Amino acid sequence: MRYAETGFNLEVDLTRGNIERVPTDPRLTELHLGGLGTNARLFWDRVPPEVQPFSPDNLLVFGTGILVGTPAPGTNRTIVSCISPQTRLFGFSMMGGFWGPELKHAGYDKVIIRGKSPELVYLWIKDDKVELRDASHLRGLGTLESAEVIRQELDEPHAAVASIGLAGENRVFFASIEQGRSSASRLGLGAVMGDKKLKAIAVRGSGDINIARPAEYMEICNEALRYIVHREKNPIEGVMPILRGLGSPQEMAIHDEKWHTENFAWGNARVRRKGFWTKEISEQWTNTMETMRTRLLSCHNCPMKCGAAISVDTRLCSYMMKCFSKLTYTMGAFSDLEFGLRIAQKATEHGVDAFSAPQTMAFALELLEAGILTEQDMPGMPLDNEGRFYWLLDRIVRREGIGDILADGTYWAARAIGKGAEEYAHNNIKKTEQLPLKLGMLNPMYYLMYSTGEKVNITQIEGNFPQAPFPTREEREEFVKDWVHVPDDRFKKWFVDWELRGKNSIPHYPPIDATCEIVNWQEKLHYIDDCTGMCAGLSSFPYKPPFHIHNLPRLISAGTGLDLDEDSLTHLTRRNRDLVRANNLRRGMTRKDEEPPADHWKRRFPELETRLKDEYYKFKGWNNDGVPTRESLLELDLEFVAKDFMERGILRDGQDPPADSEASKASSEGSES
Amino acid sequence: MTRAKKKVIKIININADKCNGCRACEIICSSFHATPRYSSTNPARSRIRVIRDPLADIYIPVYAGEYTAAECAGRDKYTIGGKEYDECAFCRASCPSRDVFKEPDSGLPLKCDMCESDPSLDEPMCVQWCLADALTYEEREEEAPEERIVGELDAGLEALANKHGWQQLMDAMSRMSK
Repeated sequence: MRYAETGFNLEVDLTRGNIERVPTDPRLTELHLGGLGTNARLFWDRVPPEVQPFSPDNLLVFGTGILVGTPAPGTNRTIVSCISPQTRLFGFSMMGGFWGPELKHAGYDKVIIRGKSPELVYLWIKDDKVELRDASHLRGLGTLESAEVIRQELDEPHAAVASIGLAGENRVFFASIEQGRSSASRLGLGAVMGDKKLKAIAVRGSGDINIARPAEYMEICNEALRYIVHREKNPIEGVMPILRGLGSPQEMAIHDEKWHTENFAWGNARVRRKGFWTKEISEQWTNTMETMRTRLLSCHNCPMKCGAAISVDTRLCSYMMKCFSKLTYTMGAFSDLEFGLRIAQKATEHGVDAFSAPQTMAFALELLEAGILTEQDMPGMPLDNEGRFYWLLDRIVRREGIGDILADGTYWAARAIGKGAEEYAHNNIKKTEQLPLKLGMLNPMYYLMYSTGEKVNITQIEGNFPQAPFPTREEREEFVKDWVHVPDDRFKKWFVDWELRGKNSIPHYPPIDATCEIVNWQEKLHYIDDCTGMCAGLSSFPYKPPFHIHNLPRLISAGTGLDLDEDSLTHLTRRNRDLVRANNLRRGMTRKDEEPPADHWKRRFPELETRLKDEYYKFKGWNNDGVPTRESLLELDLEFVAKDFMERGILRDGQDPPADSEASKASSEGSES
Repeated sequence: MTRAKKKVIKIININADKCNGCRACEIICSSFHATPRYSSTNPARSRIRVIRDPLADIYIPVYAGEYTAAECAGRDKYTIGGKEYDECAFCRASCPSRDVFKEPDSGLPLKCDMCESDPSLDEPMCVQWCLADALTYEEREEEAPEERIVGELDAGLEALANKHGWQQLMDAMSRMSK
């Protein structure tokens, strides 16, 4: 018997309309666990670097984490992967909600989509019955609208539906896959789904998920629940309100937005507005939220309430929102919260990423102001600010006029527009729009996280280590008292000694070796979560979470029957991390791609930054070009990667990286249809 | 003669307004009732279901009650607080009209047993796992008439007497005992 996982994948060839239920190799579970790990392996094995995002050979994989659907709180994540149209690298984005557990109960760990359907279809999975159904009547419908139509026509009110909207159908590079309460938004997965003419995947299951050692598993789950109750009663003092508790930042529950509105940049990630958060604004926004938010919502089997039902019309729930999408439209447009919540409803129905979409629209308006775009490029655009954003959103998701260019995101749009537009696409890493943060002093940990994170999103690599030191040593000492989560006591010392000013402050503190350890620890936790399907909100993201490196090996072992301790789980995670990287290196990613936006910090330290990256690469077992060394690959049972790298010249004997290999030239700026 | 006696009534209070729709109750219920205990999870086997209609903002935890052989003649609709509920949204029955509260393999009806177990739990598992407090547990003592303990023979005779009348029964007994 297979435990925690089902042991079957669903292979769907849209070109031929063929569907197969395929048993998986237990050895791959031992090597890569599940979720992101086994996704990365699939891409390595089946998607060579020549495959372009909109090729029928690009895979779109919905991979549940190995613990998804088990009683462990927060195990509900699906890792969606494809070659991203935006980065042209191996892209992965996660969604919570209810879809993953339904898929597991239906009897599958992953849905692997290949090919392209001749007509718009949707996939309906109900246990052993799986079918492709006509979706021509869903063309142009919103993500939630489509889900409703599908549930009604199937007479399955509790089917979980992941769907694309107009943006996905029209291959907008930042199109999302929406799933009601949750979404896989980053890196344009929705565009690939649209390219494959797959409107939605609806799923409902009624099968068992088995646990290898039930009594032990439940003991850890119950312990975690008790800890969550304790932690909710004892929020962390001295940090911004949204980060005091567990879960993803509590944007839906908390009204105090001083920190975001005054520290994040407005517009096209440009303007810091010190003193913005007045009593008047606070009252107005609180009132907006209290009026428009009708219920706080959880994902499958999670006591946190990170989402909310938002009403923008006569319905009690017009759509569901989570996290920082609360403010991205508001701040992109220099508007108020009500505008943000209203336009987000349209954006959610169209299915676009809430980081990239508002930034792309603000970018377009900046170009207009700068005269790089003109009124002729925007015929019929309203004069009022908010009206312009609605207009731009509509053009983008329909790919009409200037929208057709903007739909490729700021990086590609700037190159298409030219005339100096590149300067305005200033907030990207690996061609992808980032959180609108513009700060003063370089932070060495964040430098490495921004540079080397391959999810290309800071929230998917930062986490358990506080973002800033607490002002006094007493406060820091208090914080570390019950900090059982750290790998060892050195981390406590690094934090306690971290000062706001002076010798022990950024950018030269933490020391480089400590910085490497801290960054690595935080990333490791995310990679574990992305394999188990545990939500980062109960593990890798918040301070002092219920799940951490000391109890996750026990949880995973008791659930799956694998025998993992901290060392072996760490080893497995390194393997997965390097395999994700291997996919990208093979596609031409190089050290020079690993840079935060030039203006992310005012004060930069090029020499220090070089040393940080050198040392971190070394720490990771990578050579100076960021390529895992042959030795390190062999140690991780990734000999096949080493062999491929040697053949491609990405690695050479003696491990000296080629200065500028043919392989990287060919695919890093490779042409796209 | 009967004597007044205390009887413990077990109550799960359901506050649908507090439900955040996480389905932890379904998960832990199915897990607790698995054999061996906690060896598998499957909300389709759960004796509690959250009737969900997110876009109508409807989240109602419902417990499995008695099996009923026939479905209702009609389906009523309720409108409460601007939300329209199907009558089945509140119904506890395992019934032919829907697939809830039936074992997925056998189709046999499921019924909430308040997690009765040995040793007994402080609270049913669904309540323990509902950190939102949409489900809370209460035990109430009620005065209950003490039931007369009826022996097997007594019960049989009573049934015969009810059917044939005491006179006929006594006639038969005296005839047979001769």
